[in-house]
Amino acid sequence: MEIKKELPEIFEGFSEARKNGFIAAKAFKEQNKPMIGTFCTFMPQELPLAMGGATVSLCATSDETIGEAEKELPRNLCPLIKSSYGFGKTDKCPYFFFSDMVIGETTCDGKKKMFELMGEYKPVHVMQLPNNPTTQESFDYWKKEIVLLKETLEKTFGIEINDEQVKEAVRLKNRERTALKEFYSLGQLNPPAISGTDILKVLYGSTFKFDKEDTIKEVSALTKQIHEAYEAGEKLEQKPRILITGCPIGGVTEKVVAAIEENGGIVVFYENCMGAKAIEDLVDETTEDVYDALAEKYLKIGCSCMSPNHKRFEMLDRAIDSYQVDAVVDVVLQACHTYAIETMNVKTFTNEKKGIPYMSVETDYSTSDVGQLNTRMAAFIEML
Amino acid sequence: MLSIGIDSGSATTKGVLFDGENIIEKILVPTGANPRKTIQQVHENLSKEEKIFTVTTGYGRNLLNGSDKSVTEITCHGKGAAFLDENIRTVIDIGGQDSKVILLDRNRNILDFLMNDKCAAGTGRFMEVITRILQQDLCELDDYVVGHEPIKISSMCTVFAESEVVSLLAEDVSGASVAQGVVHSICDRTAVFSRRLPIEGKVFFSGGLAQLKVMQSTLEDKLGLDVVTHELSQFTGAIGAAVIGHDKLKMLNHSTK
Repeated sequence: MEIKKELPEIFEGFSEARKNGFIAAKAFKEQNKPMIGTFCTFMPQELPLAMGGATVSLCATSDETIGEAEKELPRNLCPLIKSSYGFGKTDKCPYFFFSDMVIGETTCDGKKKMFELMGEYKPVHVMQLPNNPTTQESFDYWKKEIVLLKETLEKTFGIEINDEQVKEAVRLKNRERTALKEFYSLGQLNPPAISGTDILKVLYGSTFKFDKEDTIKEVSALTKQIHEAYEAGEKLEQKPRILITGCPIGGVTEKVVAAIEENGGIVVFYENCMGAKAIEDLVDETTEDVYDALAEKYLKIGCSCMSPNHKRFEMLDRAIDSYQVDAVVDVVLQACHTYAIETMNVKTFTNEKKGIPYMSVETDYSTSDVGQLNTRMAAFIEML
Repeated sequence: MLSIGIDSGSATTKGVLFDGENIIEKILVPTGANPRKTIQQVHENLSKEEKIFTVTTGYGRNLLNGSDKSVTEITCHGKGAAFLDENIRTVIDIGGQDSKVILLDRNRNILDFLMNDKCAAGTGRFMEVITRILQQDLCELDDYVVGHEPIKISSMCTVFAESEVVSLLAEDVSGASVAQGVVHSICDRTAVFSRRLPIEGKVFFSGGLAQLKVMQSTLEDKLGLDVVTHELSQFTGAIGAAVIGHDKLKMLNHSTK
């Protein structure tokens, strides 16, 4: 019989997944299966899955290797790009080490140019992502890029990927998305059932697990367990409910979540890429041409590198209502121009259309601004 | 019914004793290298035999053991400004290590705020560094710069501006013009920063630099709005803390009756 673990233990288990993932990654590789390193939610994970491979996010979240990266990259660049590049360069990241290939996309200028440098010491394939997600031309172009990715994988690994395999992968990824969505939808409960810190542990940790069936099973069981505990009366104190949007967070940038939750708020929804941005919408399983379905889904991701970026606002609009959000915190990583500029639109939307307070914070991968973050978040929550 | 408000800032620690209507006592001391000791001394100095409700604010707000409540300096500056001038809707505070703009609603609640805490060039620290090079007393800056035209300081960073000032002095530019230039530079930055919020009406200017007439009038020019200050403006945060403490006391007394 399976021993039922206590909830905090399960959350820790997810947060340990990244560290322990090293062994999981090694075990996965020993089965002679390909591992694909990714940098963005735009990369259709269904394709590596269809060939029996796994994907792992190489977006780094600590400042450990930034110094090393700055030998080649400018200082005034997004910390995520510098850190990821540095981890690759120094071979300090086991996931980078185990990746047979890295797939990048032309999302932001920083990443796009960084991939050129990375290509000198790692096989890198860059997908050309169009900027305007609304036109037919963009759709056609993106679909071609997805097909090109399939062909590149086939050539690199000497295999063939057929449509049935891709459709199978679509169904699997959709089930995983559904399981994760049901989990983070716990954030809708009021009074809360779970802290934002714990939601993030699970969302972030789940990206370092390589057997999707396992992830689906574990996450669904966890959701069920929390629901049962909630029904039995295990509820958290009601606090101002915060939605986090903006740049990717995880690792050291969890300091923002900590600053909110240690100063009297609770994070109920993450719109970022680690959260709902790429999970919320499924790939349409009924579309005849599976590449049409993939192109449609992935072009809909509401990232600030898109212009116009209506999708982000549509998601914010729905989430602010259904998660009963009291205020929005927009996290911007230093030197991320697209998210930084978009703060203006998000503020106007949040204040004027939704009638709730908004705050943006710029941060990086150091811990030097923890005191200031605490003051800002405490002041923001005092004003709610 | 008395309350104490203490603002433990990066440069100075301010404390006030408040009876609900008037500031009865006030203290201002340099924070120094041991903010914990400083905030304790200020607290002891203001304490009376009876138990007094104490609210702390500022960067060192969590350092006082005897504190009954800690509130951020944003909220306290808003409350303090509204106490000193009840018609205020906008507060601009230029502190030792950050600057902030606060919008208040009719009920003196914080509506929105912005904080610049990334860079020293728009803060009191910048002025302090430059007056040290010029061997001038910061408090006497008004007399020093009167009648002098500002020289343009173009560096965006305190450290670089410091070397720019040194080169200007080497070119025989008068120290007073340099000081005027720094005043204009800080006010320019503050005005641009403040415009990110829909500020209007009369602006309450607080923080140590608000003591300088030249800062007040230059900021007024740059903003195109009336800028008022108060002789107690340096105590705005501490007063706000004391006001919050007094409100809290009233609530407590009300609920025990």
